[in-house]
Amino acid sequence: MPILEGKGVTKYFGGLAAVSNLDFTVEQGELLGLIGPNGAGKTTVFNLISAALVPKSGTIKFKGKNITGLKPYKICRMGVARTFQSVKIFANMPVLDNVVLGSFFGVSTGNSSADAVREATELLEFVGLSQLKATPAKDLTLANQKRLEIAGALATKPELLLLDEIMAGLNSTEVAQAMELVSRIRDKKITIIMIEHVMKAIMNMCERIMVLHHGEKIAEGTPKEVATSKKVIEVYLGEKAHAGS
Amino acid sequence: MDRVRGISKRPFLLGLLLLILISLATSPLYAAQYTVILLTSIFMYIVITVSWTMFSGPTGYISLASAAFFGVGIYTSAILGRALPLPFVICIGGLVSFCLALLVGALTLRLRGIYFVMFTFGLVELLLHFILWWEVNITGTTGRVVPTVSNTTVYYLMLITFVILMLTAYFIRHSKFGLALQSIGEYEEAAAHRGINVTALKTITFAISALFMGAAGAIMATRWTYIDPRIAFNPLVSFMPVLMAIFGGMGQLYGPIIGAAVFTYLEEFLITRFPYYYMLIFGIIMVVAILYLPDGLVGLIQKLWKRISESKYADT
Repeated sequence: MPILEGKGVTKYFGGLAAVSNLDFTVEQGELLGLIGPNGAGKTTVFNLISAALVPKSGTIKFKGKNITGLKPYKICRMGVARTFQSVKIFANMPVLDNVVLGSFFGVSTGNSSADAVREATELLEFVGLSQLKATPAKDLTLANQKRLEIAGALATKPELLLLDEIMAGLNSTEVAQAMELVSRIRDKKITIIMIEHVMKAIMNMCERIMVLHHGEKIAEGTPKEVATSKKVIEVYLGEKAHAGS
Repeated sequence: MDRVRGISKRPFLLGLLLLILISLATSPLYAAQYTVILLTSIFMYIVITVSWTMFSGPTGYISLASAAFFGVGIYTSAILGRALPLPFVICIGGLVSFCLALLVGALTLRLRGIYFVMFTFGLVELLLHFILWWEVNITGTTGRVVPTVSNTTVYYLMLITFVILMLTAYFIRHSKFGLALQSIGEYEEAAAHRGINVTALKTITFAISALFMGAAGAIMATRWTYIDPRIAFNPLVSFMPVLMAIFGGMGQLYGPIIGAAVFTYLEEFLITRFPYYYMLIFGIIMVVAILYLPDGLVGLIQKLWKRISESKYADT
């Protein structure tokens, strides 16, 4: 049974179909890449899965259970965590509290505060922020804020993690560190879907890639299949470029 | 280092708190009637301000509904005052406010920013006019007489309410829900995606804060003997806690207490000394406070304390 399954998922913004009739499956333990040009509907897919938005039609199932229409906090407690394209952290709270929050309210809600702090401390070590525990989150660099957001998401103990452009705006050293972090998250047996524009990361790390364009799936397969797909090249480089080659 | 100092400071702090509480509890025995009445007003404003800060401080939802909840307590006292013993009346006053806040909260806590402010203030006016209409058209009265009790009783009831409120506020602030409320104020959307039921948490905290305002209203009604809707739903009660909390500083639990105490005393002082100019002087003080004390009185105290302790270290 796939961990996540979407059938005919559709979302309109006004008259524009941001996501239209999209089917997708994610297998347990998989790392799925989600790519596509700007405005293709990638983040909307994340918003639909995490219930920031409600689909107009279609169903999304997590571990076989229909989660369409549930509130975001319920979905988080079932084991789906996410990060945001524009970092959403609790800016004036110390780094540690940002993570502790997830341990308190995620999948296991009965944590004592000592447990929550211990878990959060471990996670900060895991993402490499243990030196900055007491710093207000807003004083971190962008790369560290993204790490913090990931630590906060991991603190909810997800089985499925949605990473929305965690490498955007990072320099090449930081991208390499982020890639290393993602692979360590995979070692924890957490299923990951990641949206990314850094092709190096997507091509090297994902087993499977799904390509969106105008809210529709235009290709799906291994990195190699996707990279050689005519349709994908057309979308990314334009028809002429392809014709000229 | 900090932790070590924190532990050694704790018994001292607890002792000090206990001492203050004892002196407050025994004050009616030796203090003048006037002092007791003044202390009651101070505690009334402290209760309203602390309960306002409990919700609006961390979440950033500025509620102007305080007068509504306070007024509901007053009316409960006026209606049930003769039928039931006072402690019951106070509890019922609090509960009615609690239920009203649950209802209002569930409806309006999805509004943000200025819309929430407007709506909560509208609630005060709505209740005022509804009760005015009800009294004129249905019961045929314009005001009500509230059975009174002695000043000392009012004082003790207010003090007890204050102590219960402080314990509640302390536990909320230091529990995971305090952290969650803060995260709602920081980034509500992200908080929801971390597994926090933001709607329920906001509504319940809003209702708990209303409970104490209602209880305070039910107690104070007994001191005023005669009330009508315009006295009970005085819009000033909505603005005072906001000003007092800003004046005292919302960063610490004791900020609103200091703010409300100083503010009430200042008001009393100015009214008796400068009956014609007191509002003017009051306004100037408020403007100066907002301009130069962004973190309130508490911020000022902390700054001074830091300077003193730094100079102490510099000497050694």
